[in-house]
Amino acid sequence: MATSSERSPPPFPDSEDQDVLDTEEVRGRDSDEDEDLFGSPSTSPVTGMDTTLTSDVSMKPPSDIMNDPLIEPMSSQTENKPASEPSDDFFDLTNNVSVVAAAATKSDDFVDILGSETGAQRGEVVKADVTVEATIDKSEVTAGITDPLSQQEAKQTSTAPVIDLSGDSQPVTSKIANPLVDLFSDAPPAAEAKKPSSANVDLFDDEEGSDIFAEPLQTKPAKQLQKSLFGEPDEDVFGEPLGAISKKPVPKEQKEKSVTTKVTAGGPLQDSKPANIFSQAAASTPSVTSTVNSKSNGVHSEEEGDIFAAEATVELSLDSPRNERKKEAIAKPSAPTPTSLPAAASLTKPQPPALEELEEEEEEEEEDKFDIFVSVKDPEKIGDGMNAYMAYKVSTQTTLPMFRNKTFTVRRRFSDFLGLYEKLSEKHGPNGFIVPPPPEKSLLGMTKVKVGKEDSSSTDFVERRRGALERYLQRVVNHPSLLQDPDVREFLEREELPRAVSTQALSGAGFLKMINKATDAVSKMTIKMNESDVWFEEKLQEVESADQQFRKLHALVESLVVHRKELSLNTASFAKSAAMLGSAEDNTALSRALSQLAEVEDKMEQLHQEQAANDTFTFAEMIADYIRLLGAVRGSFDHRMKAWQRWQDAQSMLQKKRETEAKLLWANKPDKLQLAKEEIAEWEAKVTQYERDFERVSATVRKEVIRFEREKTKNCKRQIIKYLECLLQSQQQLIKYWEAFLPEAKAIA
Amino acid sequence: MLQVDISDALSERDKVKFTVHTKSTLPNFKQNEFSVVRQHEEFIWLHDSFVENEEYAGYIIPPAPPRPDFDASREKLQKLGEGEGSMTKEEFTKMKQELEAEYLAIFKKTVAMHEVFLCRVAAHPVLRKDLNFHVFLEYNQDLSVRGKNKKEKLEDFFKNVVKSADGVLVAGVKDVDDFFEHEKTFLLEYHNRVKDASAKSDRMIRSHKSKICFKFEPFFLKVSELFEKTRKIEARIAADEDLKLADLLKYYLRESQAAKDLLYRRSRALVDYENANKALDKARAKNRDVLQAETSQQLCCHKFEKISESAKQELIDFKTRRVAAFRKNLVELAELELKHAKGNLQLLQGCLGILKGNT
Repeated sequence: MATSSERSPPPFPDSEDQDVLDTEEVRGRDSDEDEDLFGSPSTSPVTGMDTTLTSDVSMKPPSDIMNDPLIEPMSSQTENKPASEPSDDFFDLTNNVSVVAAAATKSDDFVDILGSETGAQRGEVVKADVTVEATIDKSEVTAGITDPLSQQEAKQTSTAPVIDLSGDSQPVTSKIANPLVDLFSDAPPAAEAKKPSSANVDLFDDEEGSDIFAEPLQTKPAKQLQKSLFGEPDEDVFGEPLGAISKKPVPKEQKEKSVTTKVTAGGPLQDSKPANIFSQAAASTPSVTSTVNSKSNGVHSEEEGDIFAAEATVELSLDSPRNERKKEAIAKPSAPTPTSLPAAASLTKPQPPALEELEEEEEEEEEDKFDIFVSVKDPEKIGDGMNAYMAYKVSTQTTLPMFRNKTFTVRRRFSDFLGLYEKLSEKHGPNGFIVPPPPEKSLLGMTKVKVGKEDSSSTDFVERRRGALERYLQRVVNHPSLLQDPDVREFLEREELPRAVSTQALSGAGFLKMINKATDAVSKMTIKMNESDVWFEEKLQEVESADQQFRKLHALVESLVVHRKELSLNTASFAKSAAMLGSAEDNTALSRALSQLAEVEDKMEQLHQEQAANDTFTFAEMIADYIRLLGAVRGSFDHRMKAWQRWQDAQSMLQKKRETEAKLLWANKPDKLQLAKEEIAEWEAKVTQYERDFERVSATVRKEVIRFEREKTKNCKRQIIKYLECLLQSQQQLIKYWEAFLPEAKAIA
Repeated sequence: MLQVDISDALSERDKVKFTVHTKSTLPNFKQNEFSVVRQHEEFIWLHDSFVENEEYAGYIIPPAPPRPDFDASREKLQKLGEGEGSMTKEEFTKMKQELEAEYLAIFKKTVAMHEVFLCRVAAHPVLRKDLNFHVFLEYNQDLSVRGKNKKEKLEDFFKNVVKSADGVLVAGVKDVDDFFEHEKTFLLEYHNRVKDASAKSDRMIRSHKSKICFKFEPFFLKVSELFEKTRKIEARIAADEDLKLADLLKYYLRESQAAKDLLYRRSRALVDYENANKALDKARAKNRDVLQAETSQQLCCHKFEKISESAKQELIDFKTRRVAAFRKNLVELAELELKHAKGNLQLLQGCLGILKGNT
């Protein structure tokens, strides 16, 4: 089986050929899907599923990936408004089931509604997606595989591609003899094909998966039709499914000829239906979620919108290969009967991209109007001595439906905040998200607080930390993806949190973390990434320089604060001595003026002090925040690099495996050859997966960085305005003081 | 009529040459208008000659101007020259400009203080007639006053020690005149206060100056511009405070020292007079050297009375002068502070407007 997958023909020439053949005929595509759905009641059990997997995989998964995004725009051009209405109803259905649930869960539910067994299969589908080719080898594919039929089918599929190859892809024919070469020629286009759509993979894991899974089936028939020129019996197997779907009269005789194959072929087909439905559902659910969500909390939609945009572009550029299928579908009379619902589902697809793009813009604006505000208040010292800790009141105010109440308050201690960060960064960091970092642990500051001195520096410290924690939480909940995280919700809502242990600076876990960090730093130095994307290179440099500038600025502001404090001290002492001078002066008017001057200086001292606090809290703290955040941004770049490294490692591994295979082939050791081939398949799967991971991480990082920059500009501006307003106020105050003083000075006679 | 001003000054390495310009209708000057070049040492000489003249014991001698101190800024300038390579051109020119401005400020201040000294002397009804002063103004050659050598300095030091010890002794003597008694206590306290205040204001201004030296990265162009401007304004505030407040206080520190010296001289004379009285009583009792004692007693009495008389006037003058000076300076200070604060306010408002405008 593995071999068969390797021999799969390159998808590109194929599709191009077909692309020439037709141009429009868009409608057909929808009907095609309709039929799939239609057929679903007759679904066969898991065995079929398994075969679909094999055949699907052995056929051309890459082309599938390419193809399916196309569906949506194509249909969008042809059928638009009217179609959307039924679809709405349709969505309502899903909505009823679980309105609040995230996109993924929604699609799940949806599938459940349509076919109960799909739920079971879904898991497999997902898996199949994740390791497209590898699934074949894996046992997950279910116990029922043993069916002789399925094996037969598998054989047939394996032969079919060969024929395909010889039939329509000109360059590959000679290579069939040499599977290795074939493999090589095969790989690159596959990789290419995957790229465009890979951006979506992350968010739509399951959808994508089912797409990949389901679509091949449809493409297959299409190709088979063309290839039927060859008239090989094997093709019947494939032709039949088609026939079955479309109820076309054409291949009927063939059907009768090979009943056995029919069954298996039918199996995959029917199996694929749930998957197919699912794919449709999945494709459409995003739109549901986005519309729903964007209204309610505007959270997920941004990402989805992006994905859709990405898909749209892909589709437009590649739309031709898609059409053949449609044309074919058109030829078949579309079954009009109870399909209306699923049809609607498929018809909705046109809607999302257009809608989405509109929404995307809106969301940009809506984004900062998140209906959630988190405040951290009332720091309170709990306990005594070295076991004391600070607890903060975390109050949330929200209208988001994902929370049970509109306002709620919990008590959290500092290490809980750190624990939240740990969880979030573990979960989302590797995916390239910029997880806002909390303020650092400060042993010195905390010790002071613990010792319990009520001096200004410790209250200062607590206030600073409180502000930092508040900003940190606000950043987390402002992040559309992080807000969805159950840990965040738990943090905000749940009364009691399990104590975060690993956050203690001196604990064993902390030590391990330190070691990990050290190794990370070393590996970072050793990894030499030849950056393929200029954008990332530039951004990384920008981030680095911004980081340096922020650091410099922070030092400057700190010294400004020190100077200001000093100034205020000196002003105070001058005020005192001016007052003394005033009392010593024997000219009454002058004496009064001098004591007035002393008063003015006194007030100035207060102003300077306030200004110093202002410098610290609004300005220096903001800068400190950004230094931390920039660290997180760099972290996301690092994660991207790590993904890249993994991909590269897998690639070199694959290379090695292939070399061993070649050697084995040459040494003529068939027993080991099989093993080697399996290994190659495994590594190929890994390479594709890692590559996709990398692409996905890249996309996320890019989006996150853009988001970060937007937020940064906005935030900085807000803070600077605030800061300047403070300055303005103190200047106004100053003017008032001096104006009051002026007549006094003039009154000296 | 006698008008004196410093029309020009020239800085030559460690010397500053002042061009003293005089306009006069007094008959003992050859011309009505003339200029001479004088150095700081010559001012000191003039001052010392006043102090040493017994004739002027009853007057507040205008305090000598402080030594011009360009060392700090000259050093900075030198450092700047050395660091030329390591700085960007912009930074360099900016630093240079700042240093030059600083240098100019010190220079102006020095000139102003020397001028004030001359003006005070020229305005004084007695001192203006002093021969040394006329020589100082008219003689168009170098006065060839040398700085005091070590021996003389040591002498001065001892004199000072003796004087202050004596001052403590004399201070204990109860004054006959309430006015002087009051003035004495006031001046003692006042001097200390002014000293304190001037030191504090100095420190305040220094920290004012230093706090603002921070650059803003070109991340928010407008804001960095604003910070640059406010920085300049703060520097101006510091300079103005320095000029109006610190200099005023410093001047009156010296002036009150001079007044204290006057009081010391008077007390000294009083003590001398009392001693002479005692000596006369003794002589009369012994009937020996009565005439001599009488003359010395008369001399002391005369001296004391003369000093008392002029000193009273001087101190009253000092007070009015002081009040006027404080008034002028404080009003100016307040006005300048207001001006700068308003300028700052405007800048901030403008910047805020721009920031808010382009949202």
